[in-house]
Amino acid sequence: MKPRDLSDLALRNLREAILRNSLTTLGIAVGVASLVAMLSLGVGLQQLASKRLSQSGLFDSVFVTPRMNLRGMGRQAVPAPTDKPPRLLDEDARQEISRLPNVVEVYPQVRFFTEVRFDGKPFATMVAGMPASSKASGSFDGMQGSFFSSDGAYETILQSEFAKELNLQTSSLIGKELVLRYAERQSLTPTAGDSGATSSTSSESLPGGFSVVPKEMRLQIVGVVDTEPASGFGGYGNGRLLIPLQVAMTLRAAQINDLRDIVRGTSSTQTFASLTVRAKGPAYVETLEASIKNMGFGAFSLLDASKSLATFFRVLDMLLGIFSSLALFVATLGIVNTLVMAILERRREIGVLKALGASDRDVKQLFFFEAGVMGLFGGVFGAFLGWLIGRALTFGTNVYLHRRDLPSVDITSVPWWLVLGAIVFAVFVSLVAGLYPASRAARLNPVEALRYE
Amino acid sequence: MPDSQPAIHLNHISRHYTMGEAVIRAVDDVSLDLPTGEFLALLGSSGSGKSTLLNLIAGLDRPTSGAVIAHGQDLSQVSSLELARYRRQTVGMVFQSFNLLPRMTLEENVELPLRLAEVERDNRAARVHEALDRVGLGKRIAHRPSELSGGEQQRAAIARALVNRPKILLADEPTGNLDSTTGESILTLLKEIQKNPGMTIVMVTHERPLAERFADRLAVMGDGKLLSNGAAR
Repeated sequence: MKPRDLSDLALRNLREAILRNSLTTLGIAVGVASLVAMLSLGVGLQQLASKRLSQSGLFDSVFVTPRMNLRGMGRQAVPAPTDKPPRLLDEDARQEISRLPNVVEVYPQVRFFTEVRFDGKPFATMVAGMPASSKASGSFDGMQGSFFSSDGAYETILQSEFAKELNLQTSSLIGKELVLRYAERQSLTPTAGDSGATSSTSSESLPGGFSVVPKEMRLQIVGVVDTEPASGFGGYGNGRLLIPLQVAMTLRAAQINDLRDIVRGTSSTQTFASLTVRAKGPAYVETLEASIKNMGFGAFSLLDASKSLATFFRVLDMLLGIFSSLALFVATLGIVNTLVMAILERRREIGVLKALGASDRDVKQLFFFEAGVMGLFGGVFGAFLGWLIGRALTFGTNVYLHRRDLPSVDITSVPWWLVLGAIVFAVFVSLVAGLYPASRAARLNPVEALRYE
Repeated sequence: MPDSQPAIHLNHISRHYTMGEAVIRAVDDVSLDLPTGEFLALLGSSGSGKSTLLNLIAGLDRPTSGAVIAHGQDLSQVSSLELARYRRQTVGMVFQSFNLLPRMTLEENVELPLRLAEVERDNRAARVHEALDRVGLGKRIAHRPSELSGGEQQRAAIARALVNRPKILLADEPTGNLDSTTGESILTLLKEIQKNPGMTIVMVTHERPLAERFADRLAVMGDGKLLSNGAAR
C-alpha cells in the first residue's frame, strides 16, 4: 500500500474509536509531559546556575597571587622542584600575563578604606575598582541609574545598603556628587604630587619605604546597585563604593598589602595582592593556569568546581528522566492494550483486507502507523503540556520569590532539542509498543479471521 | 464462452487439520481442471469441504499436499507476499455475509482493493464508478452498507471483487443470506459477468436448482472428496 493510503486508512481507523484512541494518546501525552517538565526543570536549573556562574566570571577566570601568599596560614613553603622561584606580582608581571594566549584581560584587585563626605557628613566605607567587563557579569542587571560612562570617568556606583546610609531615597542620589577622601601612597623618592592634592608628609623615611598622603576627589553618583558585585571569590568582598578600575588604579591609594611590602622590603615597586586573569572561555582556563604557575605565581581557578557542577546536573537530568520515563512506560502499556483490543475488534476486517489482497506487511504497517500517529499526537501534545507545567513551575516559584522580595528566575527551560527529542521519543516508544500488536495482526490467519463474528 | 485454456488446475490437493489427536480431512485428494471462462458451481452439504476448497483456490489457505495452479502459477510454492499479490490481482472474492466494511461508504469499500493494488489515485474514481454502475449501484456510492438491502450489499461486494479486473471470481454462498428472488438476481449478475472475456467463476452453494440454472458445470463434494464433476445441463 502507498504511504498516503496507509495513512488514510490508519487515521480513519483511529477516528472510528476516537474516545479510546484519544485516551490512549492522552496517556502518552501525560508521560511525555512529565518527561518534558522534569527535564525542562533540570535544564532550566542548569542554565540558571551556569548563566549566573559564567556571568560572574568565576569559571573563565584564573586568580593569580604571589606564590608566597598562598603558602601562608602555617603551611610550609616547599616549592615543587620544577617550580620557578616566586616572583613579585607587579605591573611587569601583569603585562607578561596579559600577553599569554587566550587572555582577554588582566586586572588587579584595587580595594581600600576611605572616608566619604556627602551632605557635609562623613561616612566610612570600602572602595572597590570595577573593571569595564564587570558590566556584563549580571551583577549590575536591574540597577538604578547606569553603569560608568567610561573606564576613566570620575563616577561611582553605590551599593544600596551604603546608599541608604547617605539617603533613604536612594534614587534621589543619582546625579549628585560626593567627596572621596583616601590615602595616596607616594614613593619616598620625591615625585610631583597630583594637582589639587594636599600633602602633609615629609620624605624622611627609610629607603625603600613610602609615605601616605591624604587626598580627596569628587565623584558623581551614577547608579545604585542592590547586590555586592565585588563580593565573592578572591577576596573582593565588601566593596560598597564602586569606581572604574582605571580611576582606582591612578589614585595609587594605599592598600592592605602595602604594609606587607614594607615588611618584605619590596615596597620600592608597587605590587598587587592578586590579579584576575579572564580567559576567552572556560576551555582555556586549565592551560592558562598551568602557564601562570610556570611563570612563578600562584594560580587557581574554579574549573574543577565547574566540572563537578556539570556532572551533578547530568546525574540530576538522568534521575529526573528515569522517574518521568515511568509515566511514559505506563503509557506504552496503554498503547499495547489499545492495539491488542483493536485486533480483536477488527479481526474480521483484517480477514477482509487479506482476502482483498493485503499482505502481512500491509496489515503490520497499518497497525504500526496507528501506533506511530498516537505517539506523534501524544508527543506533540505532551511536549506542549510539559512546557505548560514548566511555565507553571516557574510562575509558582516567582510568586514565592516575589513575596520574599527576591528577583524572578526562570527555573525551567524547554529548548528545541527537548521538544523534538520528546516527540521523537514518544513516536519511537509507541512504535516499539506497536511491534507486538502489529505482528500479531499480520500473522492472523485470514480464513479464521473471516469466520470470526 | 468457455476457453480451452485451464484457469485452475487442482492436482491431488488435500487440506488436513489436526484437532488434538484427530486429523480432519477437510479436502481429501481432489483433482479438478477448470477451463478459463467457465462457471463452476461447487455443491455439497455443510462440512463437505467446498468452502475450504474455495479458500485454497483463493490463496487464503495452502494445501497440506498437492498443487493449486491458477493461470500457470503454483500457489503452494509461492511466498506469502506473492500469494497476497495473487489475491489482489488474479482473484476477486464474494462472501455469504458480504463482508463490506461497515464504517466505509460503498465508494470507499470498492476503492479498497485499488488502494491495496496501489492503483494511481486519478484512475480510481472512474474505476469505482464503473464497477458500481455495472452492479446497478452507481447512485448509491455515498451510502454506507447498513443503508442498503442485502441484495444491494451483495452487489456492492461484487463490485468490490471486480474493481481490480480479476481473471477469477470466487463466490462463497453468495445467495446464502438472500431471499430467492434477490438470490436469482445476484446469480443473473454473475452470469452476466461471466461474459467478460476470460472470466472464470467458482461459486460455492448448496442450492442445487439455482446452480443448475446458472452454472456451466457442477462439482459435488462430500467428506472432503470430489463426488461428481460434470456439465450442469
